[in-house]
Amino acid sequence: MQRSYEVMFIVRPDLTEEDVDKLISTLSTHVTNAGGTVENAEKMGKRRLAYLVKKFHEGQYVLFTLNADGKAVHELERRMRVTEPVIKFITVRMDEERQRLEKIRKIRASHAKRPPAEAAPVEAAESPAATA
Amino acid sequence: MADETNQESPRETSRPQSRGGDRDRGDRGERGSGGRDQGRKFFRRKKVCRFCVEKIDDINYKDVRLLQQFVAERGKIVPRRLTGVCTPHQRRLSTAIKRARNIALLPFAAR
Repeated sequence: MQRSYEVMFIVRPDLTEEDVDKLISTLSTHVTNAGGTVENAEKMGKRRLAYLVKKFHEGQYVLFTLNADGKAVHELERRMRVTEPVIKFITVRMDEERQRLEKIRKIRASHAKRPPAEAAPVEAAESPAATA
Repeated sequence: MADETNQESPRETSRPQSRGGDRDRGDRGERGSGGRDQGRKFFRRKKVCRFCVEKIDDINYKDVRLLQQFVAERGKIVPRRLTGVCTPHQRRLSTAIKRARNIALLPFAAR
């Protein structure tokens, strides 16, 4: 079962640019070996962390967009846990959210053809408060 | 504001069937606005959900700028009675804030 995930992880700040690139490529090969595909690997740059993570105040954020099954993601997470430069990561499943957004967009497109129908139900929800 | 109540009442009578489902939400709104019927002296603007008005569908955990507006100084999530965000959007907002906290984009507790 292939699903789309986003994996965001923080690399320790003292790592050089090349080392980060190397880390990204090794992690993405692990994903492809496990049967997934890395759609996009984005370096989001160095950022100040909101709190101390492994005694670091800063971190380099990297975002993976994956198409993989649960096993591949699990394997990737296990690898990240043991790779020392990765100090924190989070995996978020994206396909359900994307579906929801598409649905909303479709509804909105159909509403755009007849705009007055859109405004009425919102105000109707508030009206009992005014008259009760 | 007075105009608004006048406008709303005929619409209310015109669609009685829609009332049942919206009832408890309406009651909650009344409590929040502090008794609109008892001759209030100061004018309180009706709060509207920012996400509904600006049509922001996607409340993403990466969008720190947006999330920061709904987090108090100490890092707490601001309740929707203060911000005016509607329930479905507040739900998505709170999960997004919690995700952002987990990846150190937002603090669990500031200072």
